[in-house]
Parts: sequence; C-alpha cells; structure tokens
Amino acid sequence: MMTEIENMQHKASTGIDYGVSIPNNVNLAGDKRILKALERWHGGYLDWWRNMGPEGFQDAMVYLRTAVGVERDGWAKFGFIKMPEYRWGVLLAPQVPDRVIGFGDHKGQPAWQEVPGEYRGMLRRLVVIQGDTEPASVEQQRFLGKTAPSLYDMRNLFQVNVEEARHLWAMVYLLQKYFGADGREESNELLTRRSGNQDKPRMLGAFNEEMPDWLSFFMFTYFTDRDGKMQLESLAQSGFDPLSRTCRFMLTEEAHHMFVGESGISRIIERTCQAMNQARIENPYDIEAVRALGVIDLPTMQKKANLHYSLSLDLFGSEISTNAANAYSAGIKGRFHEDRIEDDHQLLNDTYPTLRLIGGQPKIVDEPALTALNMRLRNDYVRDTSGGIGRWNKVVARNAVDFEFRLPHEAFNRNIGEFSRVRTNPDGMIIGEQAFAEQKDQWLPSSEDADYVTSLMKLQTEIGKFANWIAPPKSGINKMPGEFEYVKIQ
Amino acid sequence: MVIDFQTSPDEYRHWRMEIIGEIANLIMDVDENGGLFNGYELKLNSYDLGVDIELYDAIQRLRFEYPSVRVVVLRSGKDRVFCAGANIKMLAASSHVHKVNFCKFTNETRNAMEDASRFSGQKYIAAVQGACAGGGYELALACDHIILTDDGSSSVSLPEIPLLGVLPGTGGLTRVTDKRKVRRDRADVLCTVEEGIKGKKAVDWGLVDQLAVNSRFEQCLTETVEQFKEMSDRPEELNSCRGIRLGALHREVQVDFLQYSSVTVDIHRESKLATISVAASDRDAPLDMEGMISEGDQYWGIRVARELDDAILHLRLNEPEIGIWQFRTQGDRKLAMAHDDFLSQHQQHWLVREILLNWARVLRRIDLTSRSLIALIEPDSCFIGTLAELAFASDRIFMADGEFEDQPGVEAGLTLGEANFGHYQMANGLSRLETRFLGEPEKLNVLRPLVGEVLNAERANELGLVTFTYDDIDWEDEIRIFIEERASFSPDAMTGMEAILRFGGPETMETKIFGRLTAWQNWIFQRPNAVGEEGALKRYGSGKKAVFDPHRT
Repeated sequence: MMTEIENMQHKASTGIDYGVSIPNNVNLAGDKRILKALERWHGGYLDWWRNMGPEGFQDAMVYLRTAVGVERDGWAKFGFIKMPEYRWGVLLAPQVPDRVIGFGDHKGQPAWQEVPGEYRGMLRRLVVIQGDTEPASVEQQRFLGKTAPSLYDMRNLFQVNVEEARHLWAMVYLLQKYFGADGREESNELLTRRSGNQDKPRMLGAFNEEMPDWLSFFMFTYFTDRDGKMQLESLAQSGFDPLSRTCRFMLTEEAHHMFVGESGISRIIERTCQAMNQARIENPYDIEAVRALGVIDLPTMQKKANLHYSLSLDLFGSEISTNAANAYSAGIKGRFHEDRIEDDHQLLNDTYPTLRLIGGQPKIVDEPALTALNMRLRNDYVRDTSGGIGRWNKVVARNAVDFEFRLPHEAFNRNIGEFSRVRTNPDGMIIGEQAFAEQKDQWLPSSEDADYVTSLMKLQTEIGKFANWIAPPKSGINKMPGEFEYVKIQ
Repeated sequence: MVIDFQTSPDEYRHWRMEIIGEIANLIMDVDENGGLFNGYELKLNSYDLGVDIELYDAIQRLRFEYPSVRVVVLRSGKDRVFCAGANIKMLAASSHVHKVNFCKFTNETRNAMEDASRFSGQKYIAAVQGACAGGGYELALACDHIILTDDGSSSVSLPEIPLLGVLPGTGGLTRVTDKRKVRRDRADVLCTVEEGIKGKKAVDWGLVDQLAVNSRFEQCLTETVEQFKEMSDRPEELNSCRGIRLGALHREVQVDFLQYSSVTVDIHRESKLATISVAASDRDAPLDMEGMISEGDQYWGIRVARELDDAILHLRLNEPEIGIWQFRTQGDRKLAMAHDDFLSQHQQHWLVREILLNWARVLRRIDLTSRSLIALIEPDSCFIGTLAELAFASDRIFMADGEFEDQPGVEAGLTLGEANFGHYQMANGLSRLETRFLGEPEKLNVLRPLVGEVLNAERANELGLVTFTYDDIDWEDEIRIFIEERASFSPDAMTGMEAILRFGGPETMETKIFGRLTAWQNWIFQRPNAVGEEGALKRYGSGKKAVFDPHRT
C-alpha cells in the first residue's frame, strides 16, 4: 500500500490515481457519486471474477503488467500479483484539447463531453454490446489454464483475461457515469449474462461458442479479437469524447491480445514444420503421419482458421445496415481510421462497392455508402487479417514445407448477412446443402479433429518447458528469459 | 397485381399450424423471399399483407375446422426473434391507400383473435422468445397472455416513434392502455424507447404476463397452456367433434365482374360503383344440426359469409377507386326466413355459434369499409334477418314503393328477424338497430313484435327503417342522381364523415382502435414529418437523420 505522499507523487508522475479503491485517471476522487456507484458494482464484479475468471489459478502469482500511465510509451509496469488483486481501473487516453466531431451530421461541432439526449439509447446499446463481449471472452477461456502448454502461455492467457476484464471496467465506467439509472442496471446485467448459458446468454453468437483448447484460443485472439479491434477503432472515432478516449486506450491493450494469437499460431506452425522435417514427412496432407508425431497437422489448422474467420465475419453484422448508418450520421461510430480518410466524412451521396448475393451469385454492386458501413469495416478487417496469414506462410516457406494458408471466401460458412442463406465452398462457389454436408469435414474442423487437438492439451508447468506441439517464443515477456517462472502456482 | 385473400394451409409460406388435441401451435416462420410485392425482404419475421392473409386464414380454420382446440399458442419458428412487426421497406414503398388497408386488415385479424377468445373459448397465448417489436408486440398484445423469455436481452417494444416517426398501426397504444391498463407514464416510456422493455420490468409494468428462462420456457408454457385450457368454456364433447373443413371458394374473377355461388359483384367503373348482390338460400333449411353439418362448408350460412368476405376484401384492396357499393339481395323470402330461424334456434351449438360470429365479423368489416354504402330494397329483394343487416350497415337505404311495371304482382318488403336484435354486434358493442335508434331506444320494443312480418315501403319508412322510398316513376332517376352526387364529393371527406356517422354510441376498444388508426395514425402517416423527403419514415434505413417541422398543431 502506498502512503498518501507516495500516492500523490505517483499520481503527479503518471496521471493515475491509485489512492482510491479504483485506480483511475478521471478524477474519481472528485466525483464521489460515481466512485460510490463503482464501489458498489466492484463487489459484484469481484464475485463474478472469482466465479467466472480463470478456474483454479485465483491464488497463483502471475507476472502481469499493470498500466501506470496512459501515454503510448511507458504505461506498462510488470510484477507478480494474484489476479483477484489486479488493479483494475478506469483509464482513458488523454483528452485532446478542442477535439471536434469528425464525421456525420455534427461534423465540425465540438466533441460531446456529455451524452446528447437524442442519442442516449443508441450510445447505450453500443456500449452495452461492446461491454458484453469483454467478460464473455474471459468466461469462454476460463478452463484453459488447466491445459496450458507452458507457464509463458499461461501467463499470456491470464494477461489477456485481466485486460479483457479491465475493458469491462472501461465500459461500465461509461455506463455508470453517463447513462444514469439505466446505465447502472445495464452494468449489473453485464455481470449476470454468461457465455454459452441457455438462459442468460451473452449477446453475440461468437461469444457463446465453446473454447475447448489452446488452438481455439489462439485462433480466437487472432481472428475474433481483431473484430474487437476494428469495433474499438471505429468507436475511437466517436464524437462522444469519453467513449473515444476509453477506446483509444483499450486499443493499446488489444494489440497484445492479437500478438498472443498471431505468435501462438506461428509457433504451432513452426513446431509442426520442424517435426515434419525431422521425420522427413513431405506431404503435409499425410495427416496420420503428422499426428503420429504429436503435433497439429497444417490442414487442421487451416480448418480452424476457416471456422474462426467465418464466425468473426458474422460479428460485423449485415452488409447493409441501417443501424450502422444511423450511428455514423449521428457521429457516434466512425469508420476505421476515419481521421485518415480523405472525403467529406458525411457520405450522403457516396456509394461503396458491396459484396451481395445477386441472382444467387456473389457480386460486387454499388450501395449507398452510409448503409454499407459494415461492409467497409469488414473489408478493413479482411485486409488487416491477411497480414498475419502472410507471416504464417513465411514460417511454412522457411521450413520448406509445401503448404499455403489462405483465408476462405467471405461467403463461406456464414450465419449472418447476405450469405447466410446459401452454402458455399471455401472458394465462394455456391453449392447445395447436401454437397456442403458431404464436404464440410474437409473445410471445417470435424469432431475427430477436435478430439485429436484435445488429446494434446496437457498442462506443462515446468519452468522453460513447452508442450511438444508448440515451439517456444523467440523472446520472453518484458525481456525475461524463456526459463522464467511466469506463473507461480501455489 | 390482384391481391388474393384465399389460401389454405397447404399453400402457406409463412406459417405452420400444428394441432395437438386441444392445443394448436401457430408458428410464424416468415419466408424472407415470400413478400407479396418485389423490393423488400421479410427479414426477422417481419410481415406484409401476404403474411397476414395466412394468419387470418389460420384463425378462421381454427374456429371452423378444429372445434377441439381450446388454446392457441402463437410463437416463432425462428431463433432469437418472435416478430419484428410490419416490414418497413414495404410500408415505405406502399401507397397510402395500401398502407391504410393493410393496417385495417391486420387490425381486423387481431380483433378476430380476441373475438375467438371472448366468444368461442379459443384462448391465445403468445410465447415470446427473442425480439418482439412494433407489430410483433401488437400481435402478442392481441393474445390473452404473453410469456416473455427472461434471457437478459429479449424485450417487447413499440419503436415506431423513435425509429419511424409514426404510431404503431395495429392497436398497440390502445391495447396497452385499455386492455392491459398500463399506467400512462409507463406507456409513454415504452413508446419512446427504441429497444423496449425487458425482463422483470416488463412484468412489473404489465407489458407481459409472465417471464420464463429459456431452460424452463417449454415447461412454463405447458403449465400456462393447461391453465388456459381450464378457462376455456368450450364444451368437453367438442374434443371428439369433427370440424367443418373450409374448402376452396368457387369463384370466377374477371376485370369488372366477380362471380361466387351466391354472391356477384358488378363493377361500373365510370360511375365508381360496385353492385354487390347476395342470393338467399334456394334450399330448405336443415331439419336438424345433423342435416346442417352434413352440408359442410356448403351450408348457406357458412358459404355466403365467406364469399361476401372475400368480395369485400377484393374490392377494398384491389378496387380503391370504386367508391360506392350498393347492396342488393334476391331469393325466396320464406326460405331465407327459415334459415335465419334455424340459426336462432340452434345458437347454442358450437357450429352455429361460429356461423353467427363469422357473420358478425363480416358485417363489421363492411361497417369499417371506407366506401359509401347503399342498400336497394327492390320488389324482388330478400332483405330478411341476416341479409337485412346489409341494409342496416349502409349509409342510405332506398326502398321501392309499390309495384314496378316490369315486376307486376310483387312489392318490395323488408322483414326483421331475431338476427337483427343482438346476433350481430357492431364494433361499438351494439346491434345495428340499437345504433340506428340511439335517440329512441323504445323503438326497439316497437320493432321486436314485428319480427317475421313483411314490412312494405310505407310501413318501413314510418318505422324509420329506411331512408327514402320511391315509386316506379322516380326510382331509377333518384338512385342515379344520388350515385352521381355521391361520386362528386371529396372521397376523403366521405371517408371521414361516414366513419363518424356509422359509429354513434359508446366507444369500445375496437372503435377506439379503428378511430385512432383512421384519425391519428393515418394523419401522421401523411404528414411531411413522416413521408416528406426529409421525413422519418422516408429516411429510415438511409442513415440520414429526419428533419422535422417543429410546429405542434
């Protein structure tokens, strides 16, 4: 515990007040009403974390980083801490002086510091939906600690978990501070919905899916957290300044989650290729031979990628969306990198090439740009996602294995939007229901694939050791060596 | 395109009907690509007239074909959505005339559900899992009981005002205040919050009756269905009773001519006039119920009401420029009287009950039609009992006085029957005669003893049963002049005037619903704030914000 003077000094140097029960840089000490409301919520939150957070590791000492400043550099401080004692708090990116709304009907007006009455409902829904995904992913991942392939990976999992939980805090702060009694009610509901629960499911489909193994976890952090990134990027453009600021800070944390996903998958690929080379297996499709080595065959990884990619595309909603258009015109949710786009930022008469199902075939047609905003954000996502695929293929090529990962067509395996009504193969060719059923197991993980991956999931807690199916990382966390006890399991 | 109101379960695209003994499941599973017109997709169980035509058909069949059914469960065949209400793109693309008639028909269908519950003991339960918005909630409101899933996100909502700048068009506001008796300030909140009200608050405010979590939903529903089964007044013996199958109507549809077995419609376009002729039965009345049942859907009372209903709907939706309908009747007066007497004698029987209630609905549909209605009581007419209601539903009743040259030996006659004294309630809860004589209620006591008597023009006029009587010399000219004059008035003014004059007397939920639909909703629907270039309904879906004229009237 810091002394009063230490705390004041700390606050002066970092802008974050650790002197109150809830660390923050929004002057909660001077806002007793909200501090009290958050303290009340805190109890329920801790119950939720104990019940739904990482199972079996609540007392472990974990080498976690905690934010000590909100500037891009120097906000991380590493140290061992028990997760329930993590300093969750309310951290917003610094306020940009004289910020104006960058798009929509209110373009050029000063950014709102309070919620405008007419957009209260719309804003609240956006905040609640974003907020709901954060605890959902913690719930989905709560059993993974028990099968971690190394202490290093276990630590990364827990880092992701505490930060997702902090993102919940970020959204709850907005709800409590700006949305009155309704906001408080919604804050409580965020703690009562449960991923995968039939009675109180989380709001979005992908966040109710099971997360049975580490391959799923890496795929999720690569593909699905990247949807989160895109959503945060568009909310970071918001004319509602507190939302913009909180999302800007969340993005710095989100980047780590995607690093965990991308590097995790790279390391699995690396290990598989190494094992194949050692065993002189040239055909990556000789699945039986590859699996005999106790590593994950590349075709199965492609299938997992197909699944997580298509589920994540669904999170962008319908290609043509009134809600997205309304949120844009209202100045609440912008485009990816709105501030770097050169146009009128109102889109009243613009069109956008949109992939639609026309006469039973995928075709690109011009649609009013306002209603095609989901399509545009999804395209940005697809571009962002392709980068990692290229890096995975470099790993494969470096190991001289004849295999190439690729993203399936956007129409493949969709449950939302234009293509939810048809079945296609991964190339986007429309096929019948029966043809899909017959070939599905070649394109998406089968139950045998899942069983095999599950069979590999064994806890590895020896310091510096890694499960056979995954290569060690190039470097440790915070320049620590690979042989470091990232999690001290009590 | 001609809109056809005839369908049958084999042809449904949007509904499934499952009958399990005393329970019917009515499952809404709208085919996105099954819209009546091009240019919109019926996403999220949203509906257009085509979807509602099937619902109406199903409700009719439940009453005639499935006498054993005591409880009807209305639910969705789709995941996470109950019903998103009327399709907005369809509404935005429709003409005002179509919108109004669409709303009118959907309202009549919702009323038919309440009618089934109140008078036929078929109770409706809405099992709501997922989004229940606008017309979707209004559909649930027409049920006796609403169960809402308590999943933390499913809500009931009336988002018309915040989203579209219009009012709910299917009785939503009136049912919230008058049927569910929701407190006015809470109703105000409900109607202005786009995402609606969910969970415990929805129950506390009386917006729904019951909550159930998903894992216990089916069990709760089953328990509730059992309770409602007990509340139904349908006699036990109906459990083993076979219904009357409603076969396809025999009809021939041409451009200016509709021919059914006992109803014909002639359209005279240049006069904006349709003549609707209804023939009385040419067969003896059945000897007993067995005899009637053996006739099935060909029994006069069933067949003609269905034909008339179809003809009215056809004219309403497909012939909006035909502003005057004139009713004529023909047939043997003795036979007509015998059929009416038979129905009166057996009104306790479930099938007769349904026949009379169906006639009541068809006649109410006529009352609610925005056309000038006239009845011509001519020498060969058969305005007796049930058929006389067509005259009492009309804005003007003309009666031929004395013999006509081309029909020597016959005089026009009007005959009252038991049917005119309470079988057929109007929307205001009164019979047409009670409404006609609101200012002289003692008149009913004068008329009652005259049941069965043939009243000639002089007598009918004296009793106030007709508007004018004309003899052979004047008849044709007077009718022609009236029609020409009527056709020259503003159709809007006629619609308003007739609607007001037809429904004297008390307000009921039904008169309120239609009155407010016609006045408030249709007014808002026409205003620039809704349908102007910058109006909310026009801009819905474009992402562009509506610009309102701030003047309050």
